[in-house]
Amino acid sequence: MLNSSPGDTFEAVVLPYLDAAHNLARWLMRDPASAEDVLQEAMLRALTYFPSFKGVNPRGWLLQIVRNTAYASMSLNRGVELVPLTNGSDESEDIVARLPSGDDDPETSLIKTRERDRVHRMIAALPIELRETLVLRELEELSYKDIAEVTHMPIGTVMSRLWRARRLLAQAARRDEAA
Amino acid sequence: MSTMPDCDKVLLVQAELDGELGAAEAAALAAHRAECPICEAAAVEFAQARALIRGDLYQPAPEDVRQRVMAAVAAAQPPRPAMSAAMRTAPGWWRRWWSNGTSFGLGAACAAGLGFLLLMPAMPPGLTEQVVDGHVRALQPGHLQDVASEDRHTVKPWFDGRIDFAPPVKDLAAARFPLTGGRLDYLNGRPVAALVYRRDKHVIDLFVWPGTGETPPQTAERQGYNIVHWAQNGMNFWAVSDVEMAQLKQFADDWRRTP
Repeated sequence: MLNSSPGDTFEAVVLPYLDAAHNLARWLMRDPASAEDVLQEAMLRALTYFPSFKGVNPRGWLLQIVRNTAYASMSLNRGVELVPLTNGSDESEDIVARLPSGDDDPETSLIKTRERDRVHRMIAALPIELRETLVLRELEELSYKDIAEVTHMPIGTVMSRLWRARRLLAQAARRDEAA
Repeated sequence: MSTMPDCDKVLLVQAELDGELGAAEAAALAAHRAECPICEAAAVEFAQARALIRGDLYQPAPEDVRQRVMAAVAAAQPPRPAMSAAMRTAPGWWRRWWSNGTSFGLGAACAAGLGFLLLMPAMPPGLTEQVVDGHVRALQPGHLQDVASEDRHTVKPWFDGRIDFAPPVKDLAAARFPLTGGRLDYLNGRPVAALVYRRDKHVIDLFVWPGTGETPPQTAERQGYNIVHWAQNGMNFWAVSDVEMAQLKQFADDWRRTP
């Protein structure tokens, strides 16, 4: 990216990852309104820094900015992150936003919706450092190396966090089934 | 809960299941795994956790959020080089109008609007509509596929001699996008390969034709159909379906990652 050609615009390079940025912001903040604030702030920062972006991994670069923005926002509103939203407005809004599609019979849809919300709650309840690692790996499907870059952690830390996140998730699932 | 694994190879087992190990490392690990109950248990827990992860946990930006964020970005765009060039060579009336202080508000509004236009996804106009039309046409009874098979080794050779390129055909059944067949279609003034996949009861058409360059997936929506297109290894790919966007993106990602 030495010379700026039409293909190197912010729109062409960064905007394709708007969904990825939102996904990360949404899982970090756990609340739609704060996620949108973080997303907007992060996109504006990205626009500002874009002229100096020379990397080959715009998605990782953008996710790094989203993460930094989210952490900055949480330290400003200290405590926001510490309250797990198990039964907050967050949940009800999600349920409305994901009303069953017309294809399934109502019972199947209900089961699917419940299952999804159950998993959603289990992931949302993970400590943030485990949650972000899991989301980057399982939903964003980043490699260990890319996760290490986005989270500024050594790869070994990424691996052990990922493993702890998965164990907690598997344990929560087993507890749920037992109950 | 202990945070440290009880066998120092557990994280390697995880790395293998995450596709992070090379063949030699994986082979060495397999021998260990066969006789280490801790690592076997770890593989089971990995599978339990992985089974919970589904595409619909992905949270793409809702349309209203996307529009608000794009508008904010457009408003903050620095003046574009293309625009200043246009202003230098523009006819006098334009320059006068542009520099006229009294029309500042109008100019700013116009700049914001222009920025927004430039932000629109870079999709060739008309092609998106053609892709959706092709998909809808194919959904008519009897039109979906010329070759019906779940075997890519049947579908791929079928295109030989029918089309002037060899489309890549991938088996994504493991990712729950089974292949059901293929057909010839016509898009953008040329014959293209259409591969037909399914997700549950939904049909996913993947149009493939030769192109240049590499572009990451971009999304669009028309008439209730979702579209994801990208370019990879000298081919253009356009996936269209009525499945949720998150699933279609999952399809595109799985396709891109599958060798």
